[in-house]
Amino acid sequence: MAMKLNDEEQDILAGKAGIVPQQALKHQIKVGDFFHAADFVPVTQAHIMADTESLGEAGVQWLEGLAATTEGQRRVRIPTITDPRGTDFAKAHLLGQTAGMLDLERRAIAAFEKLGVAMTNTCINYQTIQAPTRNEHTAFGDTGVVIYSNSVCGARSNFEGGPSALSAGLTGRTPRYGFHLPDMRRGTLRIQVDHTPSTLNGWGALGGAIGRLAGNYWAVPVIEGIEGAPKSDQLKHFGAAMASFGSTALFHLVGLTPEATKFSDVADAGLPAHRITRSDVEALQKSYHTDDTVDVVVFSAPQLSLYELGDLADLCDNRKFAVPLLAVTSPQVKPDSDRMGYTARIEAAGGHVFSGMCFYQSYAREISEAQGWKRLATNSAKLVNILGGYGYRPMLASMEACVDAAASGKLVRL
Amino acid sequence: MSAKLFKARHAMGPTVRGLALVANDGFSARYDLDRIKGIFSRPAHKLAGQSYVGRILVLDTAKGGVATAWMLHEMKSRGIVPLALVLNSVNPILAQGAALGDVAMLAGFEQDITAAVPDGAEVEVNPAEAFLKVI
Repeated sequence: MAMKLNDEEQDILAGKAGIVPQQALKHQIKVGDFFHAADFVPVTQAHIMADTESLGEAGVQWLEGLAATTEGQRRVRIPTITDPRGTDFAKAHLLGQTAGMLDLERRAIAAFEKLGVAMTNTCINYQTIQAPTRNEHTAFGDTGVVIYSNSVCGARSNFEGGPSALSAGLTGRTPRYGFHLPDMRRGTLRIQVDHTPSTLNGWGALGGAIGRLAGNYWAVPVIEGIEGAPKSDQLKHFGAAMASFGSTALFHLVGLTPEATKFSDVADAGLPAHRITRSDVEALQKSYHTDDTVDVVVFSAPQLSLYELGDLADLCDNRKFAVPLLAVTSPQVKPDSDRMGYTARIEAAGGHVFSGMCFYQSYAREISEAQGWKRLATNSAKLVNILGGYGYRPMLASMEACVDAAASGKLVRL
Repeated sequence: MSAKLFKARHAMGPTVRGLALVANDGFSARYDLDRIKGIFSRPAHKLAGQSYVGRILVLDTAKGGVATAWMLHEMKSRGIVPLALVLNSVNPILAQGAALGDVAMLAGFEQDITAAVPDGAEVEVNPAEAFLKVI
């Protein structure tokens, strides 16, 4: 059955609001019909993933086509922000990025600005721009943003890829299916963990192990056994890895996340049950440790918070790096990192702090070829899961071990 | 010889006919593909090293992040795109990418579609009627 449209949506579809919203709504109807959405739901914010490695020339031309539309008929209707760009223009030379890549970035940015999109260039908007609230319907891109917003904030979003998030910005709505529906937010598998990690890589590895078990987008893990109150950065790595390994968009931590005060709030008895042990988490980390030598150390995916940069700065004091160390943060955090002296301390050791990009969204394959970087150490489980396909040998370790590796060129085994 | 027909709950895009490339594994354009060479590049993927160009991919489920929503469109512009995507289950990203790129897609079958379709078989993907037919 086709989606039901209200009068305003009928007008948009008829082109009365202009060709750009019309095109956006048509795209949304295709997706909504595919998932048998009954209607649209208004959304309050949109977040667009649109690095130019993904867009390519074709995607940028598509954006430029929208941006060339008459002023007054092309602007987004709700706050619409962006995920990391594909470069930090000030430091692109350190990555071996070409003039062509940077030109494509400039064109994409110019098009987004004409559409009224705010170039926040961050995947941690829930830490830096405005966290969504419980039951707030949003159209967020970046899987890490979606899973954190759904799970930790109790907001309601599906994974919205760039074209769909932009469409939501232009129409102020999105098809009502998936995690906009209360029934779809109920747990589908029960996971008991016997170990609460303390490191960010440990949280990421646990999230990755749960994501692998969950296995697909529609699975909702209900997790028990976490001790204490996890911090935002810990849940950031936990969710980002779960979303990466499992395409998971929502989890519940019983007694911790807002919809799951108790198990029965989010799930029925009799769910398939699983146990994840400390050795399962360590096994995942060890499986990536395929070499003892590293070519580069990267802290990224998600972008680092101010607290992470502070911790990194502490570890960089009195060090001199033998291999490049890259730390990536958001344009909102970078000025504070500069002001607090964190950037200077990291760079005094030979590291580099990048802003507004993410490593894997910045032509990672071409960076590898240009710089000769293959063996990469990181504390991001999400990053190791992604980079294998780009020709890297990524290795997962603690921030401390990664900094040691940057100094010695050797990564100590777990 | 009679054709085998498999009905899908979710469908979009044009009707196409081609050779199936089948594996019980996931799919993400960013995580799994070398989009320059047109091959599966993730070493652990069951189709690692194989070309996906012009093939009807029959796989288990969508994996990974949101980039595929752009990448199918970009790959199509360079003529190195799969002919169709057929999966047991998809996430919104694959559907959004197929919508932008006008790539045929089916998802949601009564049986495991990766076990039902032989690798290399000639198949028709008919989104208008929501079925896959093994010729």
